[in-house]
Amino acid sequence: MFNRRKMLLWGAASAVLPSLCASVPAWADDAVKIGLILPMTGGQASTGKQIDNAIKLYMQQKGDTVAGKKIEIILKDDAAVPDNTKRLAQELIVNDKVNFIAGFGVTPAALAAAPLATQAKIPEVVMAAGTSIITERSPYIVRTSFTLAQSSTIIGDWAVKNGIKKVATLTSDYAPGNDALTFFKQHFTAGGGEIVEEVKVPLANPDFAPFLQRMKDAKPDAMFVFVPAGQGGNFMKQYAERGLDKSGIKVIGPGDVMDDDLLNNMGDAALGAVTAHLYSAVHPSATNKDFVAAYKKAFGNRPGFMAVSGYDGIHLIYEALKKTNGATDGDKLIEAMKGMKWESPRGPISIDPETRDIVQNIYIRKVEKVDGELYNVEFATFEAIKDSGKTKK
Amino acid sequence: MASILTNLFDGVAYGMLLFVLACGLAVTLGLMNFVNLAHGAFAMAGGYICAVLVNNSGWPFFAGLPLAFVGSAVIGVALERTLYRHLYARSHLDQVLFSIGLVFMSVAAVDYIMGSSRVFIKLPAALEGQIDLFGVGIGRYRLMIVVICGLLTLALQLILAKTRFGSRLRAAVDDPRAAIGLGINVPQVFAFTFAFGCGLAGLGGALSAEILGLDPYFPLKFMIYFLIVVTVGGSSSITGPFLASLLLGIADVAGKYYVPKVGPFVIYTVMIVILLWRPNGLFGRTAAR
Repeated sequence: MFNRRKMLLWGAASAVLPSLCASVPAWADDAVKIGLILPMTGGQASTGKQIDNAIKLYMQQKGDTVAGKKIEIILKDDAAVPDNTKRLAQELIVNDKVNFIAGFGVTPAALAAAPLATQAKIPEVVMAAGTSIITERSPYIVRTSFTLAQSSTIIGDWAVKNGIKKVATLTSDYAPGNDALTFFKQHFTAGGGEIVEEVKVPLANPDFAPFLQRMKDAKPDAMFVFVPAGQGGNFMKQYAERGLDKSGIKVIGPGDVMDDDLLNNMGDAALGAVTAHLYSAVHPSATNKDFVAAYKKAFGNRPGFMAVSGYDGIHLIYEALKKTNGATDGDKLIEAMKGMKWESPRGPISIDPETRDIVQNIYIRKVEKVDGELYNVEFATFEAIKDSGKTKK
Repeated sequence: MASILTNLFDGVAYGMLLFVLACGLAVTLGLMNFVNLAHGAFAMAGGYICAVLVNNSGWPFFAGLPLAFVGSAVIGVALERTLYRHLYARSHLDQVLFSIGLVFMSVAAVDYIMGSSRVFIKLPAALEGQIDLFGVGIGRYRLMIVVICGLLTLALQLILAKTRFGSRLRAAVDDPRAAIGLGINVPQVFAFTFAFGCGLAGLGGALSAEILGLDPYFPLKFMIYFLIVVTVGGSSSITGPFLASLLLGIADVAGKYYVPKVGPFVIYTVMIVILLWRPNGLFGRTAAR
């Protein structure tokens, strides 16, 4: 019943569309609209702000016309609530007739928009959300951020090779936390490492003290940590307060915890934490130095990995439009994006032609003081890492 | 053995912190019979005042704490005079709706002004790290919390029980009409009490930034904890919420340490058991009278 009705609707729409198109005013031909859906308020707002900033910066630098078309960004705030995301995506596609939807601060938001991208046949560029499955949910999804598996497996591999035998894990009890834990465990134990203690912390956790005491008593070589970015600071402070740094228990983990956005506020407690991640604001390349300088000049603070993901996301859209000569057909755009390679501020990256997911270097970094500020200083590189969450299958 | 004592100490410190945060609510809810769900907003205000003073204006931490108290108290008295007092006589539902609205406004306002990321207060070096007392690790910051909160509790108890103001307050609460007839300026007493409760919340907010984290969602996140303290403790005295805070703090820490898988539920289980046993809380009204 429902399907038949849907078919009728589509039939009606396709019958009406050609006549509509004929009467569309001329400007529509030289404008490309991008519907940007980001959490600009609420707990994830810092993600949204960074991506929005980065896109503004990119458009300032590269101009707002590509292949003869004017790029127009329509920003909508979903506050990271998937219901909002879906509604906004629908409005953007139906009312504003956008050619791309982009952004998506959290996994549920990206998933909520996926069926709409498929139906409307327009590219969905995911610039933040990091769960593996996202790109499998629609053939029109392309990702420029990262997957949690990328950083968690690498830190696992690195740990076993660098004399860390016993690890206690402390992860927040929600999907990304569990992802991080699973991928880390797989690689760490496969390499011969041992997990001596496994603690899942509730997401709304007020105080880490009892969990940290448990970690301390388990006497591991290191502890693997994944907590939502905002809680990282509290965690590191209590870690130092309890003297875990002095008892020789290192902190390792995926780099989300040591986001450049927050790192400086954590204080010296964060010094020495080793994390694996895609981007550090002190990545030693000319492209990155220019990017960081321009971003700082424009917005007064340093960019984090979310900003870079946004910057690369808009770059991908620009390049795809160049390749199609401004044609906005969704299938052509996705074809153009597949396999695209470029030098990002984070290093060399590309879009995997099979999975439409990002392939990038993962760096092992240590928190150090550079010019009086805390930075993740990269000291080892694992090159061209694909999403192992998918390569397994 | 050492970790048992460390846990006990952590639990006491956590409980004390809960107490300072929640005792203002015990006063408004229990003594003034006003359901103020916006209590956490005042705690947040104190936290942010302290953070701005210490981080941006370079004040020492120990000067920021009293100002967090004063700042929140001033905000409290301003709101009491302009908004709250009109709702004293209204039904509890009106009070709940009003104060929860205030919470949402405060969340949005702080998000807009201060940004949504977590704020930390720069601590003096003397408060960082642990000291080793006969093999028991004692966090310096937590030790400070225990000392400050312990003194506050004593002072509060003395004020309520021994001073003229304390007896006026109790009189005003027990029978406002008779109290007015005796020449007690009841609205003034209530305003002062309300401000004091807000000030305490502000101080608690400033103290808790280090341990609980301070962000614009603070009032919503911790509202439930404040309410647990007040319901479990009963709201007719200061002792009730104090013991309840300690009990919950210790139970929470111990639960998370010994049974981490179900740790977060311990605090709620304790609450349910106590309320089944004594529906009015440990020191509830009917029990006290």
